[in-house]
Amino acid sequence: MSHLLPLALRSAWNRRHTLGLTLLAIVLAVTLLLGIERVRQDARAGFAHSVSGTDLVVGARASPIQLILYAVFRIGETTHDMSWEAARMLAERPEVAWTIPLALGDSHLGYPVVGTSADYFVHFRHGDRQPLRFAGGRPFEALFEAVLGAEVAQRLGYRLGDRITLTHGGGGFTGAEHDDKPFTVVGVLARTGTPVDRSVHISLQAMEAIHLDWQGGAPIPGFSIPAELVGKFDLTPKSVTAVLVGLHDRAAVFALQRELDGYRAEPLMAVLPGVALSQLWDLLAVAERALLAMSTLVVAVGLAGMVAVVLAGLGERRRELAILRSVGARPRDLFALLALEGFAVTLLGALLGLLLVTVLAAGLGPWLQASYGIAPSHAWPTAQEWQWLGWVLAVGTLASLLPGYRAYRLSLADGLTPRI
Amino acid sequence: MAGPVIALRDLVFRWPGQTGPCLDIAALRVEAGEQVFVHGPSGSGKSTLLNLLAGVLVPDGGELRALDVDLPRLSAAARDRFRVDHVGLIFQQFNLIPYLSVLDNVLLPCRFSPRRRQRASADGGDARAAAAALLTHLDLAESLWQRPATALSVGQQQRVAAARALIGRPEIVIADEPTSALDAARQAAFLDLLRRECAAADAALLFVSHDQRLAGVFPRQLAMGEINRATGAAS
Ligand SMILES: Nc1ncnc2c1ncn2[C@@H]1O[C@H](COP(=O)(O)OP(=O)(O)OP(=O)(O)O)[C@@H](O)[C@H]1O
Ligand SMILES: [Mg+2]
Repeated sequence: MSHLLPLALRSAWNRRHTLGLTLLAIVLAVTLLLGIERVRQDARAGFAHSVSGTDLVVGARASPIQLILYAVFRIGETTHDMSWEAARMLAERPEVAWTIPLALGDSHLGYPVVGTSADYFVHFRHGDRQPLRFAGGRPFEALFEAVLGAEVAQRLGYRLGDRITLTHGGGGFTGAEHDDKPFTVVGVLARTGTPVDRSVHISLQAMEAIHLDWQGGAPIPGFSIPAELVGKFDLTPKSVTAVLVGLHDRAAVFALQRELDGYRAEPLMAVLPGVALSQLWDLLAVAERALLAMSTLVVAVGLAGMVAVVLAGLGERRRELAILRSVGARPRDLFALLALEGFAVTLLGALLGLLLVTVLAAGLGPWLQASYGIAPSHAWPTAQEWQWLGWVLAVGTLASLLPGYRAYRLSLADGLTPRI
Repeated sequence: MAGPVIALRDLVFRWPGQTGPCLDIAALRVEAGEQVFVHGPSGSGKSTLLNLLAGVLVPDGGELRALDVDLPRLSAAARDRFRVDHVGLIFQQFNLIPYLSVLDNVLLPCRFSPRRRQRASADGGDARAAAAALLTHLDLAESLWQRPATALSVGQQQRVAAARALIGRPEIVIADEPTSALDAARQAAFLDLLRRECAAADAALLFVSHDQRLAGVFPRQLAMGEINRATGAAS
């Protein structure tokens, strides 16, 4: 065997161009496989980390996934709200440590506007229980002040002190601007990689104020309250979309959930965010599996290409095999020679693919984070990835047995005089 | 070496899928150091016989002894080992591995056979020196040794093949039409060199050709038609 290795290397070097292309195909296939797998896992992790530290999400009764879509992802049209009384009731319960009320519905140039309280900046957690940080400025204090998520500020080029107008509803209707009551940007949050980055935050009172002279989604004709005068009105919110709840003791979560689900005064619903998030993710699992199937196919094509190239080259190598036979190589040596080549190409391809993925993850990480909110969680391969590589290697090796076997048969049939 | 290097009796060989035997030889003996010219028309079974003597094929019947070893009794792996230890082979053309240098091609048997390596070292101090000596004897200038085998003319390639067959002094050298790709002048020159080196290495030479003109220089000649009783082979 050891005397074959240098021969195998020289022979492979002699055919480096075709083998190089095969290697490239395998490297790219492995990169794709691992890359897709990484993005999938990181996307899932990012998804699951879009809210953390929240024990319950409470809202008007609807589907749990819908509630999560509003409360966490700020997507969708709110149809039912819960009353402010219910939100206050929640906040005053002894087992509740904190609440963050959320009122959705308005937007700014397509970005959702979130009416909330100052507690948002204190208690909201994302990722690995990380609090929100201010990249600049401070939380809102006066009525018409807004705090922007990182992406809103960056994409729209806003700075502290800029004035913005909000749009009633999801946008797209002219004349539905709250242009009589502009907001001043007083804070910009640091990037989180979560939907927070895409949100414009204002106080619940401000949310109430801009809708004082509105009814049913349109300004009340002939009735308008100037911004200076809104302070004379009662700005206590009437309803909120959802409330994020943190408990003193997590153990109380199921009891509270059950109690809220049976709340008499109005139909409420309490959702464990982790459970709902994974349900939501499962909805996307079909696409996920399709991606995985695709990348598996790409690897299969790469390996098949390798086998095809090695097999096709075998015709030209019959002389070489006969010469090796004449100087004492056994048919099984020739089998090993061919199988070894396939194994080596697959191994090299798998390792280079891994290297490429690692380099790409390190190089593209910040960009991925900024553009898609996907934070590459690790540069080094995980156990799962090693397992994938193991599979690729096993299949590649198995596939290389085919040319090996063919060489074995040929050398037995040809003996010292190859027929062509 | 006292006994014959090759001794066969009532040897029968039939290719799978063919009706009649390809070879049926009553008896054949080749003594140590003997130089034999084997000739016969195309398809008369010359190459088949060489494959049998080299232990690549196994006879269907009869006795086949090489260096007093009962070849058919050996396992396939042992026959492969026997071949590299005791037999040097030269073919009609394409003898060399294209991606190896001239010198590495000559040293191939030493890679596979410790015995050949040992004997080559005994000859030249080390195997490389022995290869160098052979190449020099066979008129191959030192400037060629490190070049890839493909950079040589056909005549030069055949001489490299001869050096490879002879390195480590195997007892038997088998040449299957090694000169048919050469012109007449080069044929004679190659033959001279090959015979001289075989004699120097004390190796028996079985030289196969359908070209009767080469027969003259050999002390012994065998016609396939005479030793082979099978009629099915020649067509
Ligand atoms: N690998 C093989 N499989 C089946 N039949 C074979 C094989 N090799 C040779 N034969 C048959 O054996 C017979 C003898 O072939 P062989 O090659 O020994 O002839 P030869 O005397 O060497 O001819 P040439 O002078 O053309 O080289 C032919 O009829 C051929 O068809
Ligand atoms: Mg022949």
